[in-house]
Amino acid sequence: MAMTSAAADQGFYDALLEDDPESLYEQAPCGYLSTDPNGGIVKVNKTFATLSGYPAAELIGRRFADLLSAGGRIYHETHYAPMLRMQGTVREMAFEIVRPDGSRLPVLVNAALQRGSSGEPRVVHIAIFDATERREYERELVRSLRRAERSEAQAKALARTLQQTLIPPTPPHIPGLDVSAAYRPAGSGEEVGGDFYDIFQIGTDDWVITLGDVCGKGVDAAVITALVRHTLRALTVQVDAPDEVLHALNDVLVAHGTDRFCTVLLLRLRHDGDSWAVTSSAGGHPLPLRVVEGGAITTVGETGSLVGVLARPVFHPETFRLTPGEALVLYTDGVTEGRSGQDFYGEHRLLDSIVAHIGPHTQWPANEMMEHVVAFQHGMPRDDIAIVTIRVPGEGRPTT
Amino acid sequence: MNASERHNVTVTGRPDGQAMIFAHGFGCDQNMWRFVAPAFEDDFRVVVFDYAGAGDADPTAYDAERHGSLDGYAADVVEISRELGVKAGVFVGHSVSSMIGVLADRADPELFEKLVLVSPSPRYIDDEGYVGGFTESDIRELLDSLDSNYLGWSSVMAPVIMGNPDRPELGAELTASFCRTDPAVARRFAEVTFLSDNRADLATVQTPSLVLQCSDDAIAPVSVGEYVAHTMPNGSLVMLDATGHCPNLSAPEATVDAIAAFVRR
Repeated sequence: MAMTSAAADQGFYDALLEDDPESLYEQAPCGYLSTDPNGGIVKVNKTFATLSGYPAAELIGRRFADLLSAGGRIYHETHYAPMLRMQGTVREMAFEIVRPDGSRLPVLVNAALQRGSSGEPRVVHIAIFDATERREYERELVRSLRRAERSEAQAKALARTLQQTLIPPTPPHIPGLDVSAAYRPAGSGEEVGGDFYDIFQIGTDDWVITLGDVCGKGVDAAVITALVRHTLRALTVQVDAPDEVLHALNDVLVAHGTDRFCTVLLLRLRHDGDSWAVTSSAGGHPLPLRVVEGGAITTVGETGSLVGVLARPVFHPETFRLTPGEALVLYTDGVTEGRSGQDFYGEHRLLDSIVAHIGPHTQWPANEMMEHVVAFQHGMPRDDIAIVTIRVPGEGRPTT
Repeated sequence: MNASERHNVTVTGRPDGQAMIFAHGFGCDQNMWRFVAPAFEDDFRVVVFDYAGAGDADPTAYDAERHGSLDGYAADVVEISRELGVKAGVFVGHSVSSMIGVLADRADPELFEKLVLVSPSPRYIDDEGYVGGFTESDIRELLDSLDSNYLGWSSVMAPVIMGNPDRPELGAELTASFCRTDPAVARRFAEVTFLSDNRADLATVQTPSLVLQCSDDAIAPVSVGEYVAHTMPNGSLVMLDATGHCPNLSAPEATVDAIAAFVRR
């Protein structure tokens, strides 16, 4: 006849009451060990004897550490014993117990040091949990962690390689012009940024400088950045006028179907006597800053449309001469929008930096200007930064 | 940041007393000396510190290349000692720090006039005619057990050790626990420690040195302590009435007495 539920409950409670301390200890669902403060075993329960494979009587008098693997013994001496003395408890330490037949039992160990009335260490109570399956799971986790670490290292290496394709491989050099360039991706520099610049020759005394910013970051943005940079190279060979090049680039991006757009500065420079004839056009980009004779700083041209958004964008051509002593600074918005707390780096700091760094006295002003922006952001710029400066050597005509 | 800040140096005791610098071993930090160092504060200038990657040492203190051998740790000891103006002081090193002290003493013999080597071993792995107590595979096993023990907190705790201001509650919890180490550093420190062989360095040290040896030391057996004391030109050995590898914790009074008898002699 089946018991009623109430009767079954009653039977359960009776059994609980009958559980004598002796069998609670001996049959506990974990191994129990008691040792003296130096680790000598004074008492073990049946569960531990069964788990470890040692008869209880053989364990008494041995040191707990002697049951461990050699590696575990070192860990016991260097971590377990010091912590137990200083903290009084040890939690979830992983060890392997070596059974009499040489097989290993992975265990997790909790221990508590009991002190006498005057604070002297008296006995250590140790609970031992069989962790065979957990340890296998942990090993799998460690393997996964190592794999993840390797993948991360690979991804970083790839990002660095990709990043290097977005700027010229060697520092740019144009005969008859002092050129400097600096580039730095946002943050700690591990993600590929969207800024780029390029400086290349297309004829005798005929050079092109491009600088721009593809919206977004990461590999997807880098793909478009590479497309933009190479399209500009191809177009400038065939088309003279910078504004027409930007129109063609706009068509390429719109036709590509990407939802990424970019801002671009395009300059064409022709060496002419001791000065340079410049034509430029801007596509939605902060305008180049021109440092004219006497030190005044002005913008060049008009901003124009973003590139890759509109079917009918507007780009304005601008033509001017850069004479000895004059300079141009091209930069991305990572400079002016650099932030320190609520404070933006802003145009005023950029202008100050230009005054401080551009001139016959500085070898590589772009680097020094960039370091100024990075330092303002405590070493962690929130956006990519690209800066290109050019300066026509010489002091210029004396002002009268 | 100077060496004292990097290594969380604590100076107590008599400012004009002879300097006594206590160096902790692998697995712990300067807390290792909390039952021993105070006994010398009455007449010594007592210095304790944390090695790179241990305790409250600055996270930037660790340099994988510099600390790829015990010489790098010895260079830290030299740097700290010089910065504190230590001259003819006493160096007390536990476990691997014994050999670090030997190397530091060789690098700058002016720093210490006495070395106390607590549970030292110049080589942990057995060699022809030498019993270190371990095989190379034993040491591999130790490194595995480190992986296993650090698994649980490698990702959770590591940011705290790296100084995570966003989670102060973790910091508070950790402040209460002793002997915390940066897991990645601890693993490399273990490799450097337990694969080292400094037997040839022992004979080069003329500085009077005291070896403190426990019975039943699972890491540095009695025969190794005797080897160290005999190989050092001015070495002596005191057997402590203590078991295990850390008499500074398990038998602090005996440890203090033995050190005092040596340094006050």
